[in-house]
Order: sequence, then structure tokens, then C-alpha cells
Amino acid sequence: MDEEKMVMPQPILETSRLRKIFGGLMAIVDLNFKVMPGQIKAIIGPNGAGKTTLFNIITGILPPTGGTIRFKGGEINGEKPHRIAQKGISRTFQTVELFGNMTVLENVMVGRHVQTKVGLIQSGLRLPGVKKEEKFVLETAQEKLDILGLTRRANEPASGIPLGEQKLLEIARALATDPQLLLLDEPAGGLNETEILKIGEIIRKIRGSGITVLLVEHHMDLVMNISDEIVVLNYGEKVAEGTPEEVKGDEKVIDAYLGVEIRYA
Amino acid sequence: MGKENRKALFILIICLGIFPFFIRSDYYLSIMIFVGINAIIVMGLSLLMGYAGQISLGHAAFFGIGAYCSGVLTVKLGFSIFTAFFCGIFLSIVMAMTIAIPTLKLKGHYLAVATLGFGEIIYVIFNELLEITGGPSGLSGIPSIHFFGYAFKGGWRYFYLVWTVAILLLIFSLNIIHSRIGRALRAVHGSEVAAQAMGVNVSQLKIQVFVLSAIYASVAGTLYAHFVTFISPSTFSLFVSILLLMMVVIGGGGSIWGALLGAGILTILPESLRAFRDFDILVYGVILMTILLFMPEGIFKGLILSVIWMRKKW
Repeated sequence: MDEEKMVMPQPILETSRLRKIFGGLMAIVDLNFKVMPGQIKAIIGPNGAGKTTLFNIITGILPPTGGTIRFKGGEINGEKPHRIAQKGISRTFQTVELFGNMTVLENVMVGRHVQTKVGLIQSGLRLPGVKKEEKFVLETAQEKLDILGLTRRANEPASGIPLGEQKLLEIARALATDPQLLLLDEPAGGLNETEILKIGEIIRKIRGSGITVLLVEHHMDLVMNISDEIVVLNYGEKVAEGTPEEVKGDEKVIDAYLGVEIRYA
Repeated sequence: MGKENRKALFILIICLGIFPFFIRSDYYLSIMIFVGINAIIVMGLSLLMGYAGQISLGHAAFFGIGAYCSGVLTVKLGFSIFTAFFCGIFLSIVMAMTIAIPTLKLKGHYLAVATLGFGEIIYVIFNELLEITGGPSGLSGIPSIHFFGYAFKGGWRYFYLVWTVAILLLIFSLNIIHSRIGRALRAVHGSEVAAQAMGVNVSQLKIQVFVLSAIYASVAGTLYAHFVTFISPSTFSLFVSILLLMMVVIGGGGSIWGALLGAGILTILPESLRAFRDFDILVYGVILMTILLFMPEGIFKGLILSVIWMRKKW
């Protein structure tokens, strides 16, 4: 009777026959893949392989052309981005998308939006409850800044801090939504080697706190080091999937990255 | 709402509180009443433009809806001032939602175009519904405000009434800015995609703020109608919508204090330029251009920057 519960744990994210077509271009072709809870899973592939497109589809910024995405068993394709965020998926962006007009702390406080609920009239009238919630937002936001070592920057404008810290701030802001699944789009992009080591540590720490991580990354050392599993995309198609060791030895992967010798028939 | 805001608010209340004790002239009091009325509209517009990043070219129409609802309902239908006031607000909400729901779901400046059209339609309605609005020659005999037997006649009484409403709405606006909603608004201004990814329902937020700004304008309309007791369509034309926008820009979008300053300057300036007679428009234009040239982010920010600069210098 308990047989159903005995089977493998349910994947936290699962796509089936996911497809995205831009005009005549197939950006994602019938993609099937799963992310299990508690995993660090990486998506790699050459430029234009469809990695960021995939992120944009999962987070609802782009509608898929076909196929389904399931999050914790429920379909989420076609949902609005804010609804998906409310369900527990958060993300960072490849090119930093901070609120440059706000301070570092305020950026993270915006991340608390989904966890709070006072509306326009309530906040305008400062009804009871607003102050309490505001205190909660401030404290939890400071916690996240602390985790990422940004506390000393708290009151500086977000646009003014160095790129390395802006990347960390994006992660802090995404964490502030208390996600179950965190999508990181090239967290190491533009960082130096020391910063990349630090990012690796942070990603492990995030997983350690129970959050599943799906990342797109070009920095192979980082990917091979931290990932449990890797999906390799090329021209929108999955060419390989497996542990770092399995993927490293895969011929198709080497082809995708280095190109195939053209054979004339 | 922050220590500095509280301090500024306190100073403002004191200054306004003692103003009628020193200035007894009805002329100056009425200018300050107009400043208060404009400030109410501009605060709403500033929330919409400076915080939600949307432009409205039709706020004179919401101002007009408030004024005409109060005027027509009290004069022609014998409604009480209170009922007429709430009818104006209700009508403004309905109108604002009708415009905002389809347009604010789109990205870009569709709201500006839609409100431009809306403003013109309302202007034509005020002009053409002769039997109800009195047409171009206007509607007169609007009663002055009185409640619980206390009549708000005479300059200083109305001055206090208008500025009490203005201050309450200022506090309301400041509370919004320094809340979850205000942060979400500024986030949308900073990066719409990122705001959505943080769970902010961007279109709903924009609609709410637009409706709120329409309510502000409608409240100002009622206060205006009962003060001047005569209204005509020209007060609610496209030109006025643009003037209100100018107040936001001159004062500085992105700051509610800038909105107050902008409303004050652009209401008082034309009056104080009377000495130039036929050249007043010319001087007015030069002053506006100079402000925007040297303080492109508005007077409020410009003043803050110059204070910081002076502190460094000395």
C-alpha cells in the first residue's frame, strides 16, 4: 500500500518535450530533464545553446512554444513571472539586473516582497501590522546580506559597488525570497579566480541550507567542482547528462565544445 | 517614514500653521490655497511618474471629474457636499481602471497616449453637455463647504482645510514610499524583469498607483470647485495636464517633496511675474529652461546637491 511512497523522490523541477522557437530558430528542442531536490545541477553548453532562454522560460519571462514544465509536480508553463516567484523559484541574471536606484540593503528588502503582504492602503495608513512586518523584512534582509558578506555595503547605492559584489548582491536578493529552487545565470561571469572560489563556497552553503540550485556557467573548474549532475546543451538540444566525470568523457560534449571535423562523403 | 521626513513634515506643518497669522491678505491666501490644491494632484502624479515610471497626460480630466461631480451634483441635484465628493472619487476610480487595466498590461508608454485621448474626451464632454455642465460658459453657484454647521468661508479657514487634506495625503504618500509597496515601485523603475522575478506583480502595482493618483486629482477637484464656486472647462484642458507634469519635472520626479516644491513654484511664479506685463511668458520660459538646464533632476535634488557642495566648500 505504501508502494507509491517508496518510489524515488519526486523531482523538484521537470521539463518534458520543452520547446521554444523564435521565428525560424529552434532555441530549445524537445528538452527533457529533471532536477532532484537538494541537487546542484549545472547546465553547460556553447554560446547560443539556449541556456539563458531555458531560464527565461522556467521563470515565466518567455512563454514556451510547446511542452511542459513541472515544479514540485504542478505545471507552471505560461504562468506570470511573479506567480512563479511566489511558488518558490528565484533567480539571478547573467547581466546584472539590480535596482541601481536603491541601496544594497533595499535591494535585498525587495526580495522579501513575496514573503510579505501589506498592500497600498494598509501601508499608506500605517495600519497595525505594517511596522511589525517592516521590522521582519529589515531583519531578514540583513541576515541575507550577512551570509554573503555584504553588510558593510548595506547603505551604499547598488550601482556603485564593484561587479563581484553586485553578483553576490543578486544572489542575496534571490535568497531573500526564500526559494526552494534557485537559478543562477553565470554567477562566475566577470569574476576573478579568488572570487570564483568564493562563489563556489557560497553555492555549496546555499545547497547546505536546503535549497536546490540550478546553474548556467561557463567556468568549467567551478562547474566540475560543485555540481552533482550536468546537462550539456548544444543548439537547444540535450547532448549529454550525467555526473561531472561522465560528462567530461562524453564524445558528443567534446564535439559540441571543440567542433567536429567535417567529413566529406 | 524616516527621521528626516518626519523633521521636514514637522517644519512644514509649523510654517503652514502660522502662515495665516502673518499673511492676512486674501490674495496671498488664495494663492497658497491653489498651491495646496495643485500639490495634491502633483503628489499623486509624482507617485505615478517618479516612482512607477508612467506618464499621464490626462490628470486635468480627473481634476475636472472631481470638480464637476461636486459642482453638478450639489447645484443641479441638491446632493450633499460629502456625497458629491465621494461620487467624484468613485467616478474617477472607475474611469482610471477602465484606462489602466488594458494599457498598463502593456510595456511602454501606452498610458500616456491613452490618457491624452481620455483627457480630450472629458474636455469635450464638459464643453458639450450644455444642460448639465453649463458648457463653455461654465457652472456657477457652487456652495462653499460647511460641515457640522461650520462654514469654510473666508481665506484662512479654507487655507487650513486644503492644507490639512494636503498634509494627510502627504503623510499617506510618504508612508507608501517607505513601505513594501514603495520599494516595489522603485524596483519596477530600476528593473522591471528583476522586480517580477522577486514576485512583484508589476501591472497590478502600476494600475493601483494610477488609480490612487486619479483619486488625489479628484479630491483636489472637489476642493477647487467649492473654493472658486465657479468652474468652466478651460481649467481642465490638456494645457493644465501638461502644466501638472511640468510641476513634477521641475520639482523633481522620484521625490514627493519635489512634487510639493514644483507645485509651489509653478503656481506662484506666474503670479509674481505680473510685473513684467506682456513679457511674463518670456521670463517664465527662461526661468523654466534655466532650472532644467542647471538642475536636470529637478529643484529638490538640485538644492540638496548644492547644499552638499556648499558644505564641502566651507
